[in-house]
Amino acid sequence: MTSRSQPSSLWEYANPVRFMRLSDWLLPVVALGAVVLTAIGLIWGFFLTPDDFRQGSTVKIIFLHVPSALMAINAWIMMLVASLIWLIRRHHVSALAAKAAAPIGAVMTLIALFTGAVWGQPMWGTWWAWDPRLPSFLILFLFYLGYIALWSAIDDADTAADLTSVLCLVGSVFALLSRYAAFFWSQGLHQGASLSLQPGTRMDWAYKAPLYVAMAGFVLIFVALLLAGTRTEIRARRMKALIARERMQA
Amino acid sequence: MRGLLARDVALAFRSGGGFGLGLAFFLIVVTLVPFGVGPEREVLARIAPGILWVGALLACLLSLDRIFALDHEDGSLDLLATAPVPLEGVVAIKALVHWLVTGLPLVVVAPVLGVILNLPPPAYGWLVISLLLGTPALSVIGAFGAALTVGLKRGGLLMSLLVLPLYVPTLVFGAELVSRGAAGLSVGTPLALLAGITTGSAALLPFAAALALRVNLRSPDAARCPAALPCPVQHGPPLNGPPRNGPACHGWRKLSQAVSWRRFHALVA
Repeated sequence: MTSRSQPSSLWEYANPVRFMRLSDWLLPVVALGAVVLTAIGLIWGFFLTPDDFRQGSTVKIIFLHVPSALMAINAWIMMLVASLIWLIRRHHVSALAAKAAAPIGAVMTLIALFTGAVWGQPMWGTWWAWDPRLPSFLILFLFYLGYIALWSAIDDADTAADLTSVLCLVGSVFALLSRYAAFFWSQGLHQGASLSLQPGTRMDWAYKAPLYVAMAGFVLIFVALLLAGTRTEIRARRMKALIARERMQA
Repeated sequence: MRGLLARDVALAFRSGGGFGLGLAFFLIVVTLVPFGVGPEREVLARIAPGILWVGALLACLLSLDRIFALDHEDGSLDLLATAPVPLEGVVAIKALVHWLVTGLPLVVVAPVLGVILNLPPPAYGWLVISLLLGTPALSVIGAFGAALTVGLKRGGLLMSLLVLPLYVPTLVFGAELVSRGAAGLSVGTPLALLAGITTGSAALLPFAAALALRVNLRSPDAARCPAALPCPVQHGPPLNGPPRNGPACHGWRKLSQAVSWRRFHALVA
């Protein structure tokens, strides 16, 4: 790669060198933005909002719960898109980005589950309920685990990328099905959940504004971790290629 | 294809164990649950649909790795992949055989075990129908999981982790169908959804499974190709130009435009 011209399309970043060069300065910027926005959102949310008249101060868990739940789902969608790009256009950076996104998404799912339990204990009187949303997140977590396990079980990088991409596509369909199955089943057996706090519908701006800031912060956290993870994967790949080259010369 | 079907069924019956094991496992699971939850008839009647479905699901899971593993070990899977039949069809046949050997016996035995669990009388018909409709989906989804993990040394446990989440919708609708049948409620919705899952996965998953199989059957030596072959990666000069050998062209740097080692292998082979 000798030409230093501006990349003409997004696909240029399928070239690892271009990607590394871009992420080299993008990563610190995004990381800084993530820290600043998350700190603002959480401090604003935790200390500068009034207590809810029914839920008291427990409502403030929402500033952790909703952003992490958002990223738990969006990370999977990002993996789906990256897997499709890998399968269709064979861009290695795409496959590596999908690989790097999985652990982040899994941790986000865990955070959402944990904060949900902490929130549910004082509100519903139970850590866990088989309300449709909870099992569907648990299943999403299982899908993340399976995806990560399949990546780590296969030695050959191309085989692993292909198989995990197929798993991601099929898994997306079944995760969606499971979600609707859980909704169907719960409404079939029990009353629908009496407590549903849809953010944005009945919330005051005093809560909404810091929530949006925290959500933006979490998006940036995800992007920053994703960039860092993808850079690590690319470097690992490069190391393998260099070792192979050395072996060929010897 | 018909020959393959006959061959696989014959193999499954002859090799012994594989046929009876799933059934015995189903029996044991269903027997163990009352020991765990206690003998109250009302409790058992309430959870019977769930137990029967979970038992059937685990029994199916038990024999999944046999779908492709034996053929992979002795190399006949490679022959099947190069045979003049579509690999998708081979996968569908394999899933069908798995269902005939594992799923169908479960359907037959389930009502008997329903008696043990004090299943309400109106539910028996729905139990058979739900299993008859649902177990093919279990086999096809399982064939996909088996195709993903066929090349792995310790694939069994990993396959459970991959396949069980995929079983959730089938389980939910199947068990719900039986519970509703037991309670005398209308069963149209879960029936339609269960049938939809089965037909949908039977139509689409063989393609995904065949794709996974093709990936797994690519030359195992391909990873070692760079050391064994002159560099086939074509950057810059076109494919018909003089090959540029040597380390200089070994660019991970141009991975995006590189022909993968395996693609190259397929071209020259």
